[in-house]
Amino acid sequence: MEMNENTILKFEDLDISFRTNAGVVHAIRGVNIELRRGETVAIVGESGSGKSVTVKAAVGLLDGNATVNRGKILYRYKNDDGTEKVVDLLAMSKRELRTTINGSRIAMVFQDPMTSLDPTMTIGKQIMEGILLHKRGDKAFAHARALELLELVGITDAEKRMKNYPHQLSGGMRQRVVIAIALACDPDILICDEPTTALDVTIQARILELIKDVQDRLGLSVIYITHDLGVVAKVADYVNVMYAGKIIEVGTVNEVFYEPKHPYTWGLLAAMPDLETDDDRLASIPGSPPNLLHEPVGDAFAARNAFALKIDEKAEPPLFKVSDTHYAATWLLHPDAPKVEMPKELQTRLERAKKEAEKYQ
Amino acid sequence: MKKYILKRVAMSLATLLLITFVLFVLVRIMPGNPFPSERMSAEQIANKRAELGLDDPVLVQFSRYMANLAHGDFGKGTSLYYGAPIKTVLGQCISNSFRIGGLAIFIGTAVGLILGITAALNKGTFLDAFCTVFSILGVCVPGYVFLIFLQYFFSYKIPFFPYFFDSSRFLFSSVMPALSLSLFTMSTVARFTRNEMVEVMDSDYVHLAESKGMYGNMLVTRHILRNALIPIVTVLAPLIVDLLTGALVVEKIYGINGIGKLMVDSIAGEGVDYNYVLALGILYSALYIGIMLIVDILYGLLDPRIRVASSEGGDA
Ligand SMILES: Nc1ncnc2c1ncn2[C@@H]1O[C@H](COP(=O)(O)OP(=O)(O)OP(=O)(O)O)[C@@H](O)[C@H]1O
Ligand SMILES: [Mg+2]
Repeated sequence: MEMNENTILKFEDLDISFRTNAGVVHAIRGVNIELRRGETVAIVGESGSGKSVTVKAAVGLLDGNATVNRGKILYRYKNDDGTEKVVDLLAMSKRELRTTINGSRIAMVFQDPMTSLDPTMTIGKQIMEGILLHKRGDKAFAHARALELLELVGITDAEKRMKNYPHQLSGGMRQRVVIAIALACDPDILICDEPTTALDVTIQARILELIKDVQDRLGLSVIYITHDLGVVAKVADYVNVMYAGKIIEVGTVNEVFYEPKHPYTWGLLAAMPDLETDDDRLASIPGSPPNLLHEPVGDAFAARNAFALKIDEKAEPPLFKVSDTHYAATWLLHPDAPKVEMPKELQTRLERAKKEAEKYQ
Repeated sequence: MKKYILKRVAMSLATLLLITFVLFVLVRIMPGNPFPSERMSAEQIANKRAELGLDDPVLVQFSRYMANLAHGDFGKGTSLYYGAPIKTVLGQCISNSFRIGGLAIFIGTAVGLILGITAALNKGTFLDAFCTVFSILGVCVPGYVFLIFLQYFFSYKIPFFPYFFDSSRFLFSSVMPALSLSLFTMSTVARFTRNEMVEVMDSDYVHLAESKGMYGNMLVTRHILRNALIPIVTVLAPLIVDLLTGALVVEKIYGINGIGKLMVDSIAGEGVDYNYVLALGILYSALYIGIMLIVDILYGLLDPRIRVASSEGGDA
């Protein structure tokens, strides 16, 4: 299986649909994402664009009505004997996945800390469970390790907290516990699915810092899902913008933030709250994402796109190359397309943000 | 937890006392006479009323009744069983009803849980559909219809089980009525277990456990069952009371001398037997309150959110 030396996880042409009473929902339509060792890749997009389904496919958590039509999720890891191995996570059985991958190599942090801990089990047990499950040591070891993890994620009084039940902890604390659980067996990859969305703004920032901090300390590779572009700027190396089950723009943080090429990305950036301007002209993208019960014809974004071309209604744009790391799926990048620039307001705003950022370099 | 239990016990006792009083008054203002009055002269009735102390003020009667009750004495029947002490008659009926009811509860809960768990773990398959159909049938078909059906096949066509209840062959002759009685509980428990399990299986915390590497039986026993079973305790409680207090029709059809049959007799006889109605009313209430108390305590044991009442979390 082909994969770059430094690439640790690679989604290749992933295509997933769901059987529902109303018909087949084609939720993921050929997704490619690459995660390199030690880096953070963000996936952004509106609700329903397919961010969660994409990563759930990698950890064997797809709902029962899902069908993987095409694609691979390649994962490179070191065996215990030190040899490297590349596997296709989609080709593994549930059992194989649970015993060799989940928790021990790829761990996950979920969106809502209020519901993601078992209410009938002490948090100590919930942290120790994975350690014992993957046979990292005996009970005493697991206990010591759990304490160490609680301290690592910034929970004071760890010994006492071990005996607490989830309902005795605040939302922010619970998310710290979830992160401790994820880190319990030293995974290579941490997948965070909107880990701060359900939290208060002040606590969001602290959880974000915590994730960055443990990533640096433990050398993790991170996939970070969010619909908050402000968060992306803080954590990510690469950004994948997802729309209607496809990646429509990908690039480094600077490329996507300061030279976005896709009108959808423009829309997302324009919708970002900005402390310095109260410009009403910068508003959210009109309309709503297409219903994937019906296969979109042409560009799925065309109906909401103020810059749509004739061809958008007939053919889906391929990913056009902007630079070695920057690609965008819009016909505006076709050599024959009319020259269209991003809206003036956005341009000035991005330039200001860029200058602002350079000051702090 | 200790304080919580004590409080609940005290509350239960107070409730029971109140219910007893209300029952006592209600029975007395109910239309009808406590003895076969049609065959008695006005003088005989007056004598009988005086003998039973029915002409005293209600509060006086009540305190007398409670004083006797404190010694476990329910008094005598006013029209049933020629005035035999209620304690003796009731004892026999309770023994029959409780044993058959207990068997029904056991069968119903055990089979219901197995069916529900199997259906949930095989969601969307034939087994799941079978469980659903069975549950609907079991809830719709009354137990006594099933009993008649059993009698027809297993007593009449194939004479294996006895036609009627026979206390000398207790266990053997309890099989058919217990099975019939368990049907409703079985279906209810099966349906409820299945739905609860399916919901828990799709919860975030089960997904988190799976993302830790949990799977199979371990996942079911450690994370799914316990969470799914907590609400089942609540549905089970009233079903248990229903079964323990006997089923009127099933007891009647199968000739079981149980509480259900006694209840019918005490109201539908020649006179409404005050003391039996009262004694049975108190028994029903006591059972209900007692079981609810047990459920509450069990809930506390199963669910830490109730046991560990005060939350003391800090901030992130
Ligand atoms: N089990 C399912 N059955 C049918 N459709 C599903 C199922 N799971 C997901 N989908 C559909 O797949 C699409 C993508 O869902 P997904 O949860 O990945 O969105 P998301 O980008 O994570 O959104 P959010 O920001 O709200 O979490 C949605 O349109 C959703 O309706
Ligand atoms: Mg999501």
